[in-house]
Amino acid sequence: MSHHIVEVKDLEYSYPDRTPALRGVSFRIEHGEAVGLVGANGAGKSTLLLHLNGCLFPERGTVRIGDYPVTRQTLPQIRRSVGTVFQDPNDQLFMPTVEEDVAFGPINLQLPPEEVEQRVVRSLESTNSLHLRQRPPYRLSGGEKRSVAIAAVLAMSPDILVMDEPTSGLDPRARRRLMDLLAGFTHTKIIASHDLDMILSLCPRTIVLHQGTIAADGPTAAVLADQDLLLRSGLELPLRVQGCPICGRSCGGHPRP
Amino acid sequence: MTRIEAGIGDLDTLDRLAAQDSPIHRLDPRAKVIATALFLLTVVSFSKYDIAGLTPLFLYPAVLLTVGLVPVRVLLRYLLIACPFALLVGVFNPLLDREIVVRWGGLGISGGWLSFGSIVLRFLLTASAVLLLLACTGYVAVCAALGRLGAPHLLTMQFLMLYRFIFILTDEGSRMVRAHGLRSFGAGRTTIRVWGSLAGHLLLRAYDRGLRVHAAMLARGFDGTPRTLRVSRWSLTDTAFVLGCGLFLALVRFGDPVDRLGSWCVGVFR
Repeated sequence: MSHHIVEVKDLEYSYPDRTPALRGVSFRIEHGEAVGLVGANGAGKSTLLLHLNGCLFPERGTVRIGDYPVTRQTLPQIRRSVGTVFQDPNDQLFMPTVEEDVAFGPINLQLPPEEVEQRVVRSLESTNSLHLRQRPPYRLSGGEKRSVAIAAVLAMSPDILVMDEPTSGLDPRARRRLMDLLAGFTHTKIIASHDLDMILSLCPRTIVLHQGTIAADGPTAAVLADQDLLLRSGLELPLRVQGCPICGRSCGGHPRP
Repeated sequence: MTRIEAGIGDLDTLDRLAAQDSPIHRLDPRAKVIATALFLLTVVSFSKYDIAGLTPLFLYPAVLLTVGLVPVRVLLRYLLIACPFALLVGVFNPLLDREIVVRWGGLGISGGWLSFGSIVLRFLLTASAVLLLLACTGYVAVCAALGRLGAPHLLTMQFLMLYRFIFILTDEGSRMVRAHGLRSFGAGRTTIRVWGSLAGHLLLRAYDRGLRVHAAMLARGFDGTPRTLRVSRWSLTDTAFVLGCGLFLALVRFGDPVDRLGSWCVGVFR
């Protein structure tokens, strides 16, 4: 199943004003892996994610999604297999109704109308948002918008799910619901977030980005318990790993069962 | 809620009306677009003094209003918003064209007043026809219909994007106005420098947002061709609707129904 593999080799990229964003990033993500991408603001997380779906192209180095290198010629295949959930769902929901928005991807894949309808229903059901079907997206709450944005991406049946800050701006219950939802997906997942506790729950592996380079890449339980590494990278220990605010005792940094 | 946000609430009233179900709503959007275009052509083809000839055309919006379940006050509200433009166009006519063309009892009516009246009537007819088209069809379906009738894709995409970005732009705008209001403490008038900066920022923010929306569209396989969920089929009802509208408009334009009705009434009462 090589088509679910994400391979980035020596990726370099600078913004148009020549500020370097990524400086020699390399990693390989296997089929079905869930990987957390963490780092301070401006570390290059979003820029890296934009390379995975061909919104940006490397200045140096390569990005491969399964059998295809990410180039202008392979964009249709790349975008079919990589589903990207953007940071702000307002950017992603641009059609007049939820239903049309979710159908946008499948229609562009030129699927037959019955298949489009099936996918709309299935993906809205899987994010518990079928009841929002006829609503205009700009009238939804933050959590509802997020669910619909994820449904819109799932409707394209991607092999790989890429998410930028999926839990930002959500209330605790909506965040928990979203995490349960994501835990149920068997896709290869790459989740960039400042929500380290969420990464700890969902991703067995974590990559730490710092100033455009990879500061660490390993099992989440070890990476997110390394206080020195996290401080060096502009982060801090996840709340769950920090000592109890009352007695100061630590649980040892192991993810909750 | 700022006034901008309240205005946005208004903006999608037509879309909400378009989601209703009525015989007019069920027609193919293309049929409604063609009928509206024929109607607009007929309205503008009358001479500038011909007020009587225009009056039977009010039957068309009246029927759409009733059958299409559009509340009259919604239509009137939109017409009220647009009417200053029409009034401005015609307001000088009575001053420029003072020649008396019609005598009604002892009252002489100048050509200027007649053409002013005709401009107002035309505005009422054309604006309500277009508003009713949108209220019974929906903006996106109208755009899709234009595309299927052969309008260039680039144009229909522009229309669609325009509509989508109005919400984004006003959203950004209202947030900036609120942020400005919170820190200006109602102090005096806003200087032109501050407004300039607000406008500049709004443009840049809207541009950035536009880029992100575009990226999101590309990520979901968008290739520049607008595709819609439901592709309507042209039925016999649609043909009948277009033919019926065409026949009615031809009758009003060339059949002189007002004169005939007038002569008939005079004949009856004589």
